Amino acid sequence: MPENVKEPLQSGPVISVRDLRVKYGEQEILHGINFDVERSQTLVILGGSGSGKSTLLRTLVGLEKPSAGQIWMKGQDIAAISREQLDAIRKKIGMSFQGGALFGSMTVGENVALPLREHTNLEASTIEIIVRLKLDQVGLGGFEDYMPSELSGGMKKRAAVARAMAMDSEILFFDEPSAGLDPIIAAGIDHLILQLKKAFHMTMIVVTHELASAFLIADQMMLIDKGNILAFGTPEEMRSSTQPRVRQFLDRVAEPEVSQELDYLQMLTERRPGAGRMAGWRRGA
Amino acid sequence: MMDSVARVGETVTNILAYLGGLASLAGRSAYCVFVAPFKGRHLRWQAAISQATQVGVRALPILSLITFFIGLILALQSAYELRKFGALSYVASAVAVSLTRELGPLITAILVIGRSGSAFAAEIGTMRVTEEIDALETMAIEPVDYLVAPKFVAMIVMMPCLTILANTMGILGGSLFGVAQADFTWVRYMQSSLDSLFLRDVMTGLIKSVMFGITITAVGCYEGLSTGGGAEEIGRSTTKSVVISIFLVILVDLIFTALFFFVSKR
Repeated sequence: MPENVKEPLQSGPVISVRDLRVKYGEQEILHGINFDVERSQTLVILGGSGSGKSTLLRTLVGLEKPSAGQIWMKGQDIAAISREQLDAIRKKIGMSFQGGALFGSMTVGENVALPLREHTNLEASTIEIIVRLKLDQVGLGGFEDYMPSELSGGMKKRAAVARAMAMDSEILFFDEPSAGLDPIIAAGIDHLILQLKKAFHMTMIVVTHELASAFLIADQMMLIDKGNILAFGTPEEMRSSTQPRVRQFLDRVAEPEVSQELDYLQMLTERRPGAGRMAGWRRGA
Repeated sequence: MMDSVARVGETVTNILAYLGGLASLAGRSAYCVFVAPFKGRHLRWQAAISQATQVGVRALPILSLITFFIGLILALQSAYELRKFGALSYVASAVAVSLTRELGPLITAILVIGRSGSAFAAEIGTMRVTEEIDALETMAIEPVDYLVAPKFVAMIVMMPCLTILANTMGILGGSLFGVAQADFTWVRYMQSSLDSLFLRDVMTGLIKSVMFGITITAVGCYEGLSTGGGAEEIGRSTTKSVVISIFLVILVDLIFTALFFFVSKR
């Protein structure tokens, strides 16, 4: 399918999103998103609850199907390729989920080894070395034999990052890396992201609503509101933005109270419904 | 009027969609087990063996005990009627035939639904809620290949084995009554049970047990995969998997029993 394959470029954006629209049932969540992510850059996607930032992240890794638009990654439009082609790209990206999403029945080491065991023919001893290396890189050296339930929240997220990096991922995606962590542990995760950027020049996309963390790690920032990009730019550009909605978010100003009973009811009933059931496996079946 | 017609139509569509979902899950798993290994993708034998241990080996004690009692109950119940005709000696064949053709596979299926079908739904449902299924997908590991296919293999192998055990234990249970109350010796009771059985009886039971295994796995895994968000949802899909499995197992039982009845009549 030549129309879907662009020549891979050494320079230029690693990810290009064009007019991306995502629908859950009849309701459109993302209304035509456009942006680029350059190589070795960290893009932080900011937004309030229900703004569509998590949906955007899930769509970027292929967990949700866009209703329209293109997502160019490694020279291919992942919205239009087959499951096999998408899987080939997924072997080169890693995703760290909000709660870690480690497999509870496996040790930390086995979790990190899983993608290697599934996708490579490496010897067990080689895999063991890679696992140790990856866990060292996230500051969890020596925790190979622990079960995920024996780890603290911050350690689980670190282990999840190690698993996401297991296949030497070129792009890392983070969903709320510091959510639910105390400030010190959260700062540790920020530090880890900065270290990975410095040491491995990874391209990273981080979804968060923690402002301090966002300004610390971002090269580019994007503020999403109600499914639209409200602002895009460097942290400095964001800080100096005069857009009222951006200022409201950055200065943490509360929404005006809804005083009318009817308005309140309308606000409650306009919430978006949940994601489509079985959306995950059916695509491949 | 139009409203109720539309509602009937919607229900039928939903039922067909559900059955389609089960079939698609079973089909994808069959592809993983029978086709994918020839395309260079390895089958997860270790996972299948560990599932087989869970589904089969760990169920042995409770299944043995239950079917022993069922055999004894069957002997008592059939003796109640047979006694009136002075035909107590038919107890052995009554127990053996009803167990191998019907009750052995059915009791096994009900027990496996309670032990394993619900566990499949809860396990996969929890993985759905904690985003582990999504994590598999982002690692380019197909969740059905990884989680569901080994369960199908385990069930298809273990269900007939468990059913054979259930039949044997049931006949042993019946023999307890036979020896104690119906003037049988152990050897004569067993001989009489064996004489009354045709290979066809045993085979129809075993074929049914395989179909039950497929049904239970498909429903349990489908319910698990379609779990929504939250702990409550896991409970809901677990309950639903048990209720739907029991219903579908009985339905499959009816279909196959009718099929065997009409085939053997010819």
